[in-house]
Amino acid sequence: MDKKTYTISVYTENNVGLLNRISAIFLKRHINIESFSTSESEIKNVFRFVIVVKITAEKITKIVQQIEKQIDVIKAFYHTDEETIFQESALYKVRSSALFEERHIQNIIKQSHANIVTVSPEFFVIEKTGFREETEQLRKDLEPYGLLQFVRSGRISVTKAKMGISEILHTFKTK
Amino acid sequence: METKSKTKTKSSKATAKPLKITGAEAVIRCLLAEGVDLIYGYPGGAIMPVYDELYKFQDQLHHVLTRHEQGATHAAQGYARTSGKVGVAVATSGPGATNLVTGIADAQIDSTPMVCITGQVGSHLLGSDAFQETDIIGISTPVTKWNYQITKAAEIPEIMAKAFYIARSGRPGPVLIDITKDAQFAEFEFSYTPCEGIRSYRPKPSLQMEQVEAAVALIEKAKKPLVVWGQGVILGEAEETFKAFLEKSGIPAAWTILGLSALPTSHPSNRGMVGMHGNYAPNLLTNQCDLLIAVGMRFDDRVTGDLNTYAKQAKIIHLELDPAEVNKNVTADITVLADCKESLAAITERISAATYPDWIAEFERLDAIEQEKVIQHDLNPTQEGLTMGESIQMINKHTQGNAVIVTDVGQHQMATCRYANFNHSKSNITSGGLGTMGFALPAAIGAKMGAPEREVVAIIGDGGYQMTIQELGTIFQSKVAVKIVVLNNDFLGMVRQWQQLFFDKRYASTEMVNPDFVTIAKGYYITAERVSKREELDAAVAKMIASKEPYFLEICVAKEENVFPMIPTGASVSDIRLE
Repeated sequence: MDKKTYTISVYTENNVGLLNRISAIFLKRHINIESFSTSESEIKNVFRFVIVVKITAEKITKIVQQIEKQIDVIKAFYHTDEETIFQESALYKVRSSALFEERHIQNIIKQSHANIVTVSPEFFVIEKTGFREETEQLRKDLEPYGLLQFVRSGRISVTKAKMGISEILHTFKTK
Repeated sequence: METKSKTKTKSSKATAKPLKITGAEAVIRCLLAEGVDLIYGYPGGAIMPVYDELYKFQDQLHHVLTRHEQGATHAAQGYARTSGKVGVAVATSGPGATNLVTGIADAQIDSTPMVCITGQVGSHLLGSDAFQETDIIGISTPVTKWNYQITKAAEIPEIMAKAFYIARSGRPGPVLIDITKDAQFAEFEFSYTPCEGIRSYRPKPSLQMEQVEAAVALIEKAKKPLVVWGQGVILGEAEETFKAFLEKSGIPAAWTILGLSALPTSHPSNRGMVGMHGNYAPNLLTNQCDLLIAVGMRFDDRVTGDLNTYAKQAKIIHLELDPAEVNKNVTADITVLADCKESLAAITERISAATYPDWIAEFERLDAIEQEKVIQHDLNPTQEGLTMGESIQMINKHTQGNAVIVTDVGQHQMATCRYANFNHSKSNITSGGLGTMGFALPAAIGAKMGAPEREVVAIIGDGGYQMTIQELGTIFQSKVAVKIVVLNNDFLGMVRQWQQLFFDKRYASTEMVNPDFVTIAKGYYITAERVSKREELDAAVAKMIASKEPYFLEICVAKEENVFPMIPTGASVSDIRLE
């Protein structure tokens, strides 16, 4: 069966150790995590993990079942790229001298719709949010000018369909 | 406290007045509030405050000192499996905690309700590589249903309440609570409220009638249906409902190793064991039935063999409580996601009574083949050297099938499951999923304490026996009247069997040069006997069963016997071998 990129969204309680518990599910099955990010969700004290994996359709359902089985997990979903709006952020640190010596670099920044976050006498930092190919292209474009540091965030994503977490929590309260 | 608002509670059950006590005392009071009167454990530095309180509460809470922390977990498991209550094991930090891991993993894979409490170094020392510090939360995470580290005394009541609720509800499992030493010493105002729900956790899916109707429709159409049941029937206390279902439906039924004893051996619907060393008929007919009804079982690989050739011709109905088991190994045509006590009752009500004489005749025909090729030899051997089968048959004779039988892992386990008779549920205590050698001796201690009025016979191989042999000390000190049978073939028999069949008889490290087991038992002041001749067996087993005290019987069996039938690893259930 063909592997595909899936975005797993997990709504959880805020408990120490849950990150370990969720990553252990992937470890046990020898599945590599492409990216992982977590933050508080739209609901206070409910956290949302966004995990990107490349696996088969058969495996993704089983993984999500195992995640949802964890006591502190409220709900887990998985989606294909078509079903989500997703972005990644990247930061690029470049020598300041490059900005002044190489006129071309200014065109690269402009064309890629990147933002300059900070400029100092030694270096400047560019930020770019977008799809993987876009942040990757900018990295390739900047590389010849001496990229001092590069970092890219995990994928963050929202789904096109509704999640209904508040309803799930509500049914519990009224039960 | 952060988690407070998330736990549904009923204040009416709370203890009356707030009381200022230490965290350690709170642990004991929580156990008492949960109805615990018996725990297993081993003391050490980081758990000493709790042990000090145990000393004060010893008239209400009995602590059994095992000889190793692994023994405490297996004893707690044995206790849980015969009593249906949550087993409790206590250990100190570091090595005490890591020694629990095998038992926890065993309880996780066999769905045994257990709460483990470990001491931890003081919270100011966490992460400093302090003496006997280990990250037991990190270590136990993949093998616990839930775990939690308590660093403040005030967290104790709520977390303990959650621990018991989680361990026993839904599909049961082990929970580990790690408590730092400072949290054990600190004082706080104690009050206890049992946990009645956690918002992110739904232990019991509600029965969907359309699933029931769909299952009924398949059952009504079936010509050659087969039921395979697992431990879910026992955990759901659905034995009677299950029996009623079988009797009305007329469907032949076979069990997984952990389902054994849910239905009496003598029940006419009981067609034996499925899986690697199961019976010939139910294994072969798995691939001939037109409907397979799986009840509270999870299609383990030892049951299914090669999944690509498993029951492909059949429609499959899966009665299951745990959503994560749905379509995990075998894709079901109909899943009834619910407690099987509810789903079985609903299905039984809606089906018509039926009989399948031609189909049952198929089982009988295959049973006769197994009888001739395997069972005859196992139970009525003509050559010298006792067989495991006849030894178990002799135990049947003297216990009348009324005993709790505890087994370890290996050939003796398979022989026992094949030949032991059971009249009552919760009577087969064994390590199924994890296959933990060393399980039986400590598990028998707990099994006896969980069902003190019952006869408990542990049947163990000479290999596994020596993995936890030190628990003879616990049996002696705590005067636990278990009967211990070691079926000694001076080999790690199951591995040797595989070496014989699949590795050209290269017996790499499977021959055991054994000590004098009778002398060892006597060293622990346990009455002991050894038999090796057929004519001695009857009297020796009779004497053991008649004893009111712990008793050890070594039965020297033939060295190179094999357990058949056998489905080689990765082969189809249709490829079951009789020799």
